[in-house]
Amino acid sequence: MIVPASEFVMILPEIFVLSMACIILVLDLFLKDSERNISYWLAQLTLVFAAVITLSVDPDETQLLFFGTFIADAMGAVLKVFIYLVAGLAFLYSRHYLSVRGLFKGEYYVLGLFGVLGMMVMVSAHSLLTVYLGLELLSLSLYAMVAFNRDSYPCSEAAMKYFVLGALASGMLLYGMSILYGMTGTLDIGLIADTLDRGESSVPVVFATVFIVVGLAFKLGAVPFHMWVPDVYQGAPTPVTLYLGSAPKIAAFAMIMRLLAESVGALQSEWQGMLVLLAVLSLGIGNVVAIAQTNLKRMLAYSTISHVGFLLLGILAGTPAGYSAAMFYIITYALMAAGAFGMIILLSRAGFEADEIDDFKGLNQRNPWFALVMLILMFSMAGVPPTVGFYAKLSVLQAVVDLDMIWLAGAAVFFSVIGAYYYIRLVKIMYFDDPADDAPLASDFDLRFALSANGVVILLLGLFPGSLMALCSQVIP
Amino acid sequence: MDFERIVFYVFATILVFAATRVITVRNPVHAALHLVLAFFTAAGLWMLLEAEFLAITLVLVYVGAVMVLFLFVVMMLDINVAVVREGFIRNLPVGLTVAGLMILELWLVMKNKAFDAAHMPAPMPRGADYSNTRELGSVLYTDYVYPFEIAAVILVVAIIAAIALTHRKAHNSKKQDPSEQVKIRRGDRVRIIKMEAESRD
Repeated sequence: MIVPASEFVMILPEIFVLSMACIILVLDLFLKDSERNISYWLAQLTLVFAAVITLSVDPDETQLLFFGTFIADAMGAVLKVFIYLVAGLAFLYSRHYLSVRGLFKGEYYVLGLFGVLGMMVMVSAHSLLTVYLGLELLSLSLYAMVAFNRDSYPCSEAAMKYFVLGALASGMLLYGMSILYGMTGTLDIGLIADTLDRGESSVPVVFATVFIVVGLAFKLGAVPFHMWVPDVYQGAPTPVTLYLGSAPKIAAFAMIMRLLAESVGALQSEWQGMLVLLAVLSLGIGNVVAIAQTNLKRMLAYSTISHVGFLLLGILAGTPAGYSAAMFYIITYALMAAGAFGMIILLSRAGFEADEIDDFKGLNQRNPWFALVMLILMFSMAGVPPTVGFYAKLSVLQAVVDLDMIWLAGAAVFFSVIGAYYYIRLVKIMYFDDPADDAPLASDFDLRFALSANGVVILLLGLFPGSLMALCSQVIP
Repeated sequence: MDFERIVFYVFATILVFAATRVITVRNPVHAALHLVLAFFTAAGLWMLLEAEFLAITLVLVYVGAVMVLFLFVVMMLDINVAVVREGFIRNLPVGLTVAGLMILELWLVMKNKAFDAAHMPAPMPRGADYSNTRELGSVLYTDYVYPFEIAAVILVVAIIAAIALTHRKAHNSKKQDPSEQVKIRRGDRVRIIKMEAESRD
């Protein structure tokens, strides 16, 4: 009954991130405010080394470890590396914003690293218990980060809403999991799948699936469980919005894969219908309501809801092609979201939040290069070729069309066309309106360089999507 | 009637009495102490069910920690009982409806054949040398070691979050900071206001 040392080697990335988070937490106590950069750089180094360790322990074949509670597979490794990348971007973009507002504290990066740990646990969970614990670890870190600017009223309000609705969603998910446990007698995702494959689907199992889908929809922010998304995105400090709007989406994809595709995969015909409903509603409400927004963070929140709709389209296909399209979609979306919120940070300065759409007026005259970067990001979100957003949408739609659900693909395209309006309106404001504000943009070299690279990557991935797409289809079994 | 049954009825009577007193006594400190008694007798009942680990945990955690904390809160807040009881009659219909619904639900579950005693055989009694705690521990540190460690990390995050969100530097400290003091400008301390001179009448 003793866990062999070789199994501990496989969870070395988790152990490393946990140890470093604890070290930074203690070290940070002894740093002066002027030395706070050390915590930041240690957090970034942690992510880099975690990526190196993850890639070096990546097994050639899928392994079940720790009595079936942990799975080491190729999909997990790839998703983890992208989580480090996007979390690292979020840390990088937030440094400037936090330091000019007196919020540059070690706790932000410590909580961020614990959130990354929670995502890693979710990504390689192979038991309902591990999925849930990873989710709670992530959520708890996020609640605290949203409330981080504790003297700000909107932040506290957003944190409270997020906390209450997050707890409700966890309750739904747990209820579904407990029924599933009662019906199959195991928490192990593989054993649950075996049990369900043998027997025909009974009503309680479908009932459990409904609750699991509702819990997932809450966490993802799919309509009609999306109410918290705009308020939290708008209320949270922009770097936190950036963090919670990007990397956790990748982890959420992993959670859907583990819970829906792997454990209750036998009930695919049942949850497909539920996801169709969620996807169509998300695409519709997300895209239509986004048009009415004047606040950019709120608009991006509704845009997230519509992108979640696309993600669900890929998942509901239930085919390896659909899953890999969804994985490609969510990875590229996380990069786009990081870039878009990074642009808000670039335009913000002490005492000024550039989170209104009007703050982007005439950006081309102020700085043509970053106007171009924002143009690429917006075109990519709208799905205009040759950016990667186009290719991501195309592959998801292809998976849906292969199922002969032409009407669904048609609806998705229809709502995307509606959605293109508000992305392109921002481009019009940047290029054809006169600037209302001529203050110089944030001048930190790392922020400017990373944002430029982010925009260029979106364009390059759109021109050469082959390698990432091949990677995604290779790791989906 | 065997000894076990006598013990059960004694504990059950004390439990029901203590639980009733919790909601009927006027003094909140007495109510909290009755709750301690209720927990303690419930722990005794669990002991009868051979769930000794749960019984000990109930006493250690709830009686030892939670209720003591509760007593501190009650003493510090100095709650005005009369105000708390004001809406009793007005809220009674709602309370009775909720209680009635709960009793109905309990009855629906109880009358269900699946839950009657015939379907729930008593577990095999274990010998005196059988340790519940050891069994739980051995499962917790082998089969569930990974989730168990993550649960520990969640608690760490909860502590960090609580401290990060509530800890403030002492704002009434009289410590002087010379570097801040020399940086002061006239405008921070003095405001010059131009006023019309008052006429003499």
